[in-house]
Amino acid sequence: MAIIHVDGKQYEVKGGENLLQTCLSLGLDIPYFCWHPALDSVGACRQCAVKQYKDGDDKQGRIVMSCMTPTTDNTWISIDDEESKEFRETIISFLMTNHPHDCPVCEEGGHCHLQDMTVMTGHHNREYRFTKRTHRNQELGPFIAHEMNRCISCYRCVRFYNDYAGGTDLGVYGSAANVYFGREKDGTLESEFSGNLTEVCPTGVFTDKTHSERYTRKWDMQFSPSICASCSVGCNISPGERYGEVRRIENRYHGELNGYFLCDRGRFGYGHVNRKDRPRQLLVSKDGRREAMDAGDTLDFIRQQLQAGKPVLGIGSPRASIESNYALRELVGTAHFSNGQTALDAALTRLCLDVLRQGPAKCATPSSIEDADAVLVLGEDVLATAPRIALALRQAAKGKADTMCAEKKVPDWQAASAKDIAQRLLNPVFVATPAATRFDDIAAATHRAAAPDLARLGYAIAHALDASSPAVEGLDTKTAELAQRIAAALKAAKRPLVISGTGCGDAAVIQAAANIAWALQASHPAAEICLAVPESNSIGLALFEAVDLEAALARAAAQPSVLVVVENDLYARLPAAQVDAALARSTLIVLDHQDTRTAQRAQALLPAASFAEGDGTLINYEGRAQRYFQNFDPAYYDRSVAVAESWRWLDRLQNGDAARENLDEVLAQAEAALPALKGIAAAAPNASFRIKGMKIARAPQRQSGRTAARANIFVHEPRSTQDADSALAFSMEGVNGASGVDRPPELLPFAWAPGWNSPQAWNKFQAEVGGALRGGDPGVHLVKAAASRPAYYSAVPAALKPNGALRVEPLYQHFGSEELSSLAAPIQQRIPASYAALSVGDAARLGVNHAERISITLDGQTFSLPARVRPDLPAGVLGLPVGLAGVPPLKAGSAATVAKGA
Amino acid sequence: MSTDKVVKLADLNKPSFVLSDEERHEIEHALTHYPDGRAASIDALKAVQKHRGWVPDDAIPVIAAAIGISAADLEGVATFYSLIFRRPVGRHVIKVCDSISCHLTGYDELRDELEKQLGIRYGQTTKDGRYTLLPICCLGACDRGATMMIDDDLHGPVEPKDVAAILGGYQ
Ligand code: SF4
Ligand code: SF4
Ligand code: FES
Ligand code: FES
Repeated sequence: MAIIHVDGKQYEVKGGENLLQTCLSLGLDIPYFCWHPALDSVGACRQCAVKQYKDGDDKQGRIVMSCMTPTTDNTWISIDDEESKEFRETIISFLMTNHPHDCPVCEEGGHCHLQDMTVMTGHHNREYRFTKRTHRNQELGPFIAHEMNRCISCYRCVRFYNDYAGGTDLGVYGSAANVYFGREKDGTLESEFSGNLTEVCPTGVFTDKTHSERYTRKWDMQFSPSICASCSVGCNISPGERYGEVRRIENRYHGELNGYFLCDRGRFGYGHVNRKDRPRQLLVSKDGRREAMDAGDTLDFIRQQLQAGKPVLGIGSPRASIESNYALRELVGTAHFSNGQTALDAALTRLCLDVLRQGPAKCATPSSIEDADAVLVLGEDVLATAPRIALALRQAAKGKADTMCAEKKVPDWQAASAKDIAQRLLNPVFVATPAATRFDDIAAATHRAAAPDLARLGYAIAHALDASSPAVEGLDTKTAELAQRIAAALKAAKRPLVISGTGCGDAAVIQAAANIAWALQASHPAAEICLAVPESNSIGLALFEAVDLEAALARAAAQPSVLVVVENDLYARLPAAQVDAALARSTLIVLDHQDTRTAQRAQALLPAASFAEGDGTLINYEGRAQRYFQNFDPAYYDRSVAVAESWRWLDRLQNGDAARENLDEVLAQAEAALPALKGIAAAAPNASFRIKGMKIARAPQRQSGRTAARANIFVHEPRSTQDADSALAFSMEGVNGASGVDRPPELLPFAWAPGWNSPQAWNKFQAEVGGALRGGDPGVHLVKAAASRPAYYSAVPAALKPNGALRVEPLYQHFGSEELSSLAAPIQQRIPASYAALSVGDAARLGVNHAERISITLDGQTFSLPARVRPDLPAGVLGLPVGLAGVPPLKAGSAATVAKGA
Repeated sequence: MSTDKVVKLADLNKPSFVLSDEERHEIEHALTHYPDGRAASIDALKAVQKHRGWVPDDAIPVIAAAIGISAADLEGVATFYSLIFRRPVGRHVIKVCDSISCHLTGYDELRDELEKQLGIRYGQTTKDGRYTLLPICCLGACDRGATMMIDDDLHGPVEPKDVAAILGGYQ
């Protein structure tokens, strides 16, 4: 606790942070550049100057950098002091000597921190009339545009990209007044978190290239509070729309999940929404051709099919909302509803859910992961399956610096000191995975083994921590020693953490991870577990307790049925022959927002809403229910577009004119029907929520051109679309943040506060800068840890014995393994070429050379891929990249036979 | 009238940069002095510059790999220090001190004389490839201003009239 005096006013604050952060938390504005709540202080830009006084009587004072000055008791400062104000204005005028006057053509304009700070300091006139230094820009790949002339040398980019995110290909070149930030040579930025540069850079040096071709100023876009559906983390996003297209994804701050940062898959993978080949009308197949039909006729046609007397089976999807899955279950009946996941995915997800709610270990969030001081990653390449977790993991490793700072009594927000003190020392992170990962660089030790052997390592660690957990027989000495070492490191930590998940497709790995977390629990109540699951709503589907996809398809193959498939491409999940057999004699009704292989076979295809055109709830890997809200109404610009949420179509199919009024009713019924969903409706305020009688505006108050937006279609402006499902309005009218009244954190469509147009505006929505949003971070936890430990898992698997056939290990890719983002053109440029990975030993045994084609037979499918001989791969394993072209749907752990030649 | 530069096929197919055995040996030796490869950055760059007179762009990733840091990091070091040359220089590099003491003791006359005699400005190399002219900050010989350094030899005080004789010593 500390008392500080700012401009004659007294404040009681926590103390310990720096004055800049404290003042921002108090709602006082001090301009800054190089400081960032996640990157801490380096004192490089000199923008945050304030006057500090010895005491209340000191009239002289001295200028200090507020970001470098600790908030201690009895601190006296002035922000308003004339000399400090002049100093701050001078800094901007220096920066401006080389900054081009190109705001009108700069894509940062309108959400630019430099603009905001320039206005804040009152530097209104450019007086410098001479030549400016100029730079050559680089080609940095499909995501990021580069315009170096705009740089103000704040060093935030490299501090984020290298120090925070572990990138190695962005650097600083030159010295003094000629400093350049870029790659060593032109080329694609390699980090999976490069997109954050667009928000971290306070100027227009790094901007979103995917937005560039369909550029719209921030103030002219319409936003919504949304959830990324590209993995199970559930990062909060703000998609921005104009003219019926999503034009950009911005980070939407969430204190526990994404914080200030998204991964590139989540940020740049939105292109599937805008694809021209999306189904936007109702399509009915006649004589092998698809024809658009109106809704009434199509729904009647489908109703006839449903009532034709054949069994009706519903196949849901872990990439569709709870509401849509629930509505399907209602339509077809509980007994006929499938979760749409493969048996393996469903079983593994279910296992994760069991571990989370039957065991005592709490589920880690990215923000709690950052505080872990020893981590074991068992089997999961989180950078590919749950990328934001990998970024948090990196902070856990670097947390060593915080401990060392504390020992040396140096504030840990002194970023440069912390880096110097820690040098390369890191908290221990152990990475035990089938193949090398891109976060091995922070590992204290890595271990490469097939899934069963990883599980054995895990069981051995648990046994070393608690002798009453099952022991592992016949472990080789090296692995046994590693197990001891990892156990000792976890035990020595205050907040040990185990990260695992469904990624290597093996229940034993998850069970072993659970045993470790539970074994730690007795002595370390802060021990946590983090289990990544396959898709954005996998846990949600696990809560439905439905049969898996294979079971549903087997029924359809056995007896001609009517299959209603919601937002699920069956061909992406199971071998084509298996799907074909089920579809051969069945009637297929599909609801989807993409023209998948399954959709193309449908007798009737209903155009479903993507995340951008509809509302729904997703349940992330923790069991946190989060609502996403419709970003725009596509029919506003094109009346022929019939897109609607799957739940709405299903509701209309089932109930016709008696269809439910809005989302709240669907949620209420889902909650009543499924006790596991209890509380889900509270994930966000309902549709009747109002602030002073007003809805919340989706668009910033300055949005322009509304009356003209449709003038090319028809000169009269129609009424804006009315939203019956939420408290948000498709308009700039309503509560938009200008009045200073807080909106609920779940209903913040975009980051804007008076004077703050850049993403730094998020600092205006937190109780404490960098902490939770005021009102609490969004989401409702439907899954809670148990009070006590169940029996340890005990099915210790046998070691993998290479026997000629190779065991398939799925290799997830950050780009390419996730279905929807892979439909976005910029992401497609980053998807690697397909390959099949072999260990050096197996390649030699088979006589296969690197890049040579090999023929692979597995689960009755034969295909050929170029071999990649990899020293990291353990013997007896065939690594196959999930989801890449030419790689059929895989079942982890199945036996593959491999032969030379195509 | 200008003629386009002729691009020879052989140039396009030139193998990318390869460290000579001597260079590699020197870099490896430098690495033994430090616990961290990054600390050997300057030594490694200097080793290559010693043999080639300058450090070409292609050399950066190769040297970086040899000391185990990223090319971006090494490029940062290689562009920060003005005495790591990133363009070919003449056989002799003349560095004229322009810091405070020499500023007071006639640095500008010295510079003018050098420019006049060599027919080049700062940053340029004489056509015969003999001299490159560069400014440098304090050489630590303030009592001997105006100073200049040619290769590793310090000259000072230098008056304009001395220049011809000094230059003559560097063929
Ligand atoms: S590129 Fe942007 S983030 Fe990097 S130093 Fe320049 S202004 Fe700062
Ligand atoms: S980590 Fe997952 S949820 Fe977050 S942005 Fe990336 S893909 Fe989306
Ligand atoms: S923000 Fe304080 S010096 Fe840059
Ligand atoms: S100023 Fe020239 S040697 Fe010191």
